[in-house]
Amino acid sequence: MAKKLALIASKGTLDWAYPPFILASTAAALDYEVSIFFTFYGLTLLKKDISDLKVSPLGNPAMPMPVPMPNLVQMLPGLESMATMMMKQKIADKGVASIQELREICLESGVKLIACQMTMDLFDFKREEFIDGIEIGGAATFFEFAGESDVNLFI
Amino acid sequence: MEFDKELDARGLNCPLPILRCKKSLAELQPGQILKVVATDPGSVKDFQAFCKQTGHELLSHEAANGEFTFVMKKRA
Repeated sequence: MAKKLALIASKGTLDWAYPPFILASTAAALDYEVSIFFTFYGLTLLKKDISDLKVSPLGNPAMPMPVPMPNLVQMLPGLESMATMMMKQKIADKGVASIQELREICLESGVKLIACQMTMDLFDFKREEFIDGIEIGGAATFFEFAGESDVNLFI
Repeated sequence: MEFDKELDARGLNCPLPILRCKKSLAELQPGQILKVVATDPGSVKDFQAFCKQTGHELLSHEAANGEFTFVMKKRA
Protein backbone atom coordinates (compact mmCIF):
# COMPACT_ATOMS: atom_id res chain seq x y z
CA MET A 1 0.00 0.00 0.00
CA ALA A 2 1.21 3.50 -0.81
CA LYS A 3 2.58 5.62 2.00
CA LYS A 4 0.73 8.82 2.78
CA LEU A 5 1.93 12.34 3.49
CA ALA A 6 -0.17 15.10 5.05
CA LEU A 7 1.09 18.67 5.02
CA ILE A 8 -0.26 21.91 6.42
CA ALA A 9 0.96 24.97 4.50
CA SER A 10 0.39 28.03 6.66
CA LYS A 11 2.84 30.58 5.26
CA GLY A 12 2.55 32.60 2.07
CA THR A 13 5.95 34.16 1.45
CA LEU A 14 8.18 33.19 -1.48
CA ASP A 15 10.72 31.40 0.73
CA TRP A 16 8.15 29.51 2.78
CA ALA A 17 6.21 28.49 -0.32
CA TYR A 18 9.06 26.11 -1.18
CA PRO A 19 8.98 23.47 1.58
CA PRO A 20 5.38 22.29 1.06
CA PHE A 21 5.63 22.17 -2.74
CA ILE A 22 9.10 20.56 -2.77
CA LEU A 23 8.13 17.91 -0.25
CA ALA A 24 4.76 17.23 -1.85
CA SER A 25 6.09 16.90 -5.41
CA THR A 26 9.00 14.72 -4.29
CA ALA A 27 6.79 12.50 -2.14
CA ALA A 28 4.45 12.06 -5.10
CA ALA A 29 7.48 11.03 -7.21
CA LEU A 30 8.23 8.46 -4.51
CA ASP A 31 4.70 7.09 -4.91
CA TYR A 32 3.28 8.65 -1.76
CA GLU A 33 -0.33 9.74 -1.69
CA VAL A 34 -0.08 13.41 -0.76
CA SER A 35 -2.53 15.97 0.58
CA ILE A 36 -1.75 19.57 1.49
CA PHE A 37 -4.08 21.66 3.60
CA PHE A 38 -3.58 25.37 2.84
CA THR A 39 -4.58 27.62 5.70
CA PHE A 40 -4.16 31.25 6.72
CA TYR A 41 -1.37 32.92 4.71
CA GLY A 42 -0.56 29.60 3.08
CA LEU A 43 -3.88 29.78 1.28
CA THR A 44 -2.54 32.50 -1.02
CA LEU A 45 -0.31 29.81 -2.59
CA LEU A 46 -3.42 28.43 -4.30
CA LYS A 47 -4.30 31.71 -6.00
CA LYS A 48 -4.26 31.78 -9.79
CA ASP A 49 -1.55 34.44 -9.84
CA ILE A 50 1.34 33.69 -7.51
CA SER A 51 3.92 35.71 -9.42
CA ASP A 52 3.82 38.38 -6.69
CA LEU A 53 5.02 36.21 -3.79
CA LYS A 54 7.57 38.14 -1.75
CA VAL A 55 10.37 37.48 0.68
CA SER A 56 11.20 39.97 3.42
CA PRO A 57 14.57 40.37 5.08
CA LEU A 58 12.82 42.32 7.84
CA GLY A 59 12.73 40.32 11.06
CA ASN A 60 14.55 37.54 9.21
CA PRO A 61 18.13 37.82 10.53
CA ALA A 62 19.19 34.47 9.03
CA MET A 63 18.55 35.60 5.48
CA PRO A 64 21.91 35.95 3.69
CA MET A 65 22.34 39.54 2.49
CA PRO A 66 25.10 40.96 0.27
CA VAL A 67 25.82 43.57 2.97
CA PRO A 68 24.75 43.57 6.62
CA MET A 69 21.56 45.61 6.91
CA PRO A 70 19.94 46.80 10.13
CA ASN A 71 16.16 46.44 10.50
CA LEU A 72 15.80 50.20 10.35
CA VAL A 73 17.14 50.18 6.79
CA GLN A 74 15.20 47.09 5.74
CA MET A 75 11.91 48.81 6.47
CA LEU A 76 12.55 51.44 3.79
CA PRO A 77 10.15 51.39 0.84
CA GLY A 78 11.38 49.23 -2.01
CA LEU A 79 13.72 47.10 0.11
CA GLU A 80 11.33 44.15 0.15
CA SER A 81 10.83 44.30 -3.62
CA MET A 82 14.58 44.46 -4.09
CA ALA A 83 15.20 41.48 -1.80
CA THR A 84 12.49 39.55 -3.66
CA MET A 85 14.01 40.39 -7.04
CA MET A 86 17.44 39.26 -5.85
CA MET A 87 16.02 36.03 -4.45
CA LYS A 88 14.18 35.25 -7.70
CA GLN A 89 17.35 35.90 -9.67
CA LYS A 90 19.28 33.55 -7.39
CA ILE A 91 16.59 30.89 -7.74
CA ALA A 92 16.84 31.06 -11.53
CA ASP A 93 20.66 31.13 -11.53
CA LYS A 94 20.93 28.05 -9.34
CA GLY A 95 18.51 25.93 -11.33
CA VAL A 96 15.96 25.89 -8.51
CA ALA A 97 12.39 25.34 -9.67
CA SER A 98 9.88 28.18 -9.56
CA ILE A 99 6.89 27.84 -7.25
CA GLN A 100 4.59 27.84 -10.28
CA GLU A 101 6.48 24.88 -11.75
CA LEU A 102 6.43 22.89 -8.51
CA ARG A 103 2.73 23.56 -8.04
CA GLU A 104 2.08 22.44 -11.60
CA ILE A 105 3.98 19.19 -10.97
CA CYS A 106 1.99 18.64 -7.77
CA LEU A 107 -1.26 18.98 -9.70
CA GLU A 108 -0.02 16.71 -12.50
CA SER A 109 1.06 14.03 -10.07
CA GLY A 110 -2.24 13.94 -8.23
CA VAL A 111 -1.35 15.79 -5.03
CA LYS A 112 -4.58 16.78 -3.32
CA LEU A 113 -4.67 20.52 -2.64
CA ILE A 114 -7.20 21.54 -0.03
CA ALA A 115 -8.15 25.17 0.61
CA CYS A 116 -9.25 26.13 4.11
CA GLN A 117 -12.87 27.33 3.97
CA MET A 118 -12.55 29.39 7.15
CA THR A 119 -9.54 31.32 5.79
CA MET A 120 -11.44 32.03 2.57
CA ASP A 121 -14.28 33.52 4.61
CA LEU A 122 -11.92 35.37 6.93
CA PHE A 123 -10.08 37.18 4.16
CA ASP A 124 -13.09 37.47 1.80
CA PHE A 125 -11.39 35.37 -0.87
CA LYS A 126 -13.60 34.22 -3.72
CA ARG A 127 -13.49 30.73 -5.23
CA GLU A 128 -12.68 32.17 -8.66
CA GLU A 129 -9.44 33.69 -7.34
CA PHE A 130 -8.06 30.17 -6.92
CA ILE A 131 -6.81 27.62 -9.43
CA ASP A 132 -8.95 24.73 -10.66
CA GLY A 133 -8.44 21.26 -9.32
CA ILE A 134 -8.48 22.12 -5.63
CA GLU A 135 -10.86 21.02 -2.90
CA ILE A 136 -12.28 23.18 -0.15
CA GLY A 137 -12.60 21.91 3.38
CA GLY A 138 -12.07 22.45 7.06
CA ALA A 139 -10.10 21.04 9.97
CA ALA A 140 -12.11 17.82 9.96
CA THR A 141 -11.20 17.33 6.29
CA PHE A 142 -7.53 17.60 7.24
CA PHE A 143 -7.85 14.92 9.90
CA GLU A 144 -9.69 12.66 7.50
CA PHE A 145 -6.42 12.09 5.63
CA ALA A 146 -3.92 13.13 8.33
CA GLY A 147 -5.22 10.41 10.65
CA GLU A 148 -4.20 7.72 8.23
CA SER A 149 -0.95 9.31 7.02
CA ASP A 150 2.56 8.04 7.66
CA VAL A 151 4.08 11.52 7.74
CA ASN A 152 2.42 14.70 9.01
CA LEU A 153 4.13 18.09 8.82
CA PHE A 154 3.11 21.60 9.75
CA ILE A 155 4.87 24.23 7.65
CA MET B 1 26.01 0.87 -21.18
CA GLU B 2 23.03 0.87 -23.51
CA PHE B 3 19.90 2.79 -22.63
CA ASP B 4 16.46 3.48 -24.08
CA LYS B 5 16.18 7.11 -23.02
CA GLU B 6 18.49 9.79 -21.73
CA LEU B 7 17.56 12.62 -19.39
CA ASP B 8 19.72 15.72 -19.21
CA ALA B 9 19.21 17.09 -15.69
CA ARG B 10 22.38 19.20 -15.70
CA GLY B 11 22.04 22.59 -14.06
CA LEU B 12 18.87 21.57 -12.22
CA ASN B 13 18.67 21.71 -8.46
CA CYS B 14 16.79 19.61 -5.91
CA PRO B 15 14.15 18.25 -6.37
CA LEU B 16 13.95 18.81 -10.14
CA PRO B 17 16.31 15.96 -11.21
CA ILE B 18 14.12 13.47 -9.32
CA LEU B 19 10.88 14.98 -10.61
CA ARG B 20 12.10 14.98 -14.22
CA CYS B 21 13.38 11.43 -13.78
CA LYS B 22 9.97 10.30 -12.55
CA LYS B 23 8.39 11.85 -15.65
CA SER B 24 10.91 10.19 -17.97
CA LEU B 25 10.37 6.79 -16.37
CA ALA B 26 6.64 7.14 -16.95
CA GLU B 27 7.36 7.28 -20.69
CA LEU B 28 9.26 3.98 -20.63
CA GLN B 29 8.09 0.38 -20.61
CA PRO B 30 8.91 -1.88 -17.64
CA GLY B 31 12.46 -3.22 -17.98
CA GLN B 32 13.63 -0.36 -20.18
CA ILE B 33 16.73 1.61 -19.23
CA LEU B 34 16.93 5.32 -18.37
CA LYS B 35 20.18 7.24 -18.18
CA VAL B 36 20.23 10.46 -16.18
CA VAL B 37 23.03 13.02 -16.14
CA ALA B 38 22.94 15.58 -13.32
CA THR B 39 25.24 18.17 -11.79
CA ASP B 40 23.51 18.50 -8.40
CA PRO B 41 25.82 16.81 -5.86
CA GLY B 42 22.76 16.08 -3.69
CA SER B 43 21.38 13.90 -6.48
CA VAL B 44 23.82 11.09 -5.62
CA LYS B 45 22.07 10.27 -2.38
CA ASP B 46 18.67 11.28 -3.73
CA PHE B 47 18.71 8.87 -6.67
CA GLN B 48 19.70 6.00 -4.42
CA ALA B 49 16.83 6.88 -2.07
CA PHE B 50 14.45 7.31 -5.01
CA CYS B 51 15.26 3.87 -6.43
CA LYS B 52 15.13 2.20 -3.03
CA GLN B 53 11.68 3.57 -2.35
CA THR B 54 10.12 3.17 -5.78
CA GLY B 55 11.58 -0.20 -6.75
CA HIS B 56 13.29 0.97 -9.93
CA GLU B 57 16.68 -0.70 -10.15
CA LEU B 58 19.74 1.55 -9.98
CA LEU B 59 22.14 -0.30 -12.27
CA SER B 60 25.03 2.12 -11.90
CA HIS B 61 25.99 5.56 -10.71
CA GLU B 62 29.26 7.30 -11.30
CA ALA B 63 30.81 10.73 -10.89
CA ALA B 64 33.22 12.38 -13.33
CA ASN B 65 34.10 16.01 -14.06
CA GLY B 66 31.38 17.36 -11.80
CA GLU B 67 28.70 15.31 -13.51
CA PHE B 68 26.79 12.44 -12.01
CA THR B 69 25.47 9.68 -14.22
CA PHE B 70 22.77 7.29 -13.13
CA VAL B 71 21.50 4.30 -15.06
CA MET B 72 18.27 2.74 -13.89
CA LYS B 73 15.92 0.05 -15.03
CA LYS B 74 12.21 0.67 -14.82
CA ARG B 75 10.46 -1.67 -12.40
CA ALA B 76 8.17 -4.38 -13.66
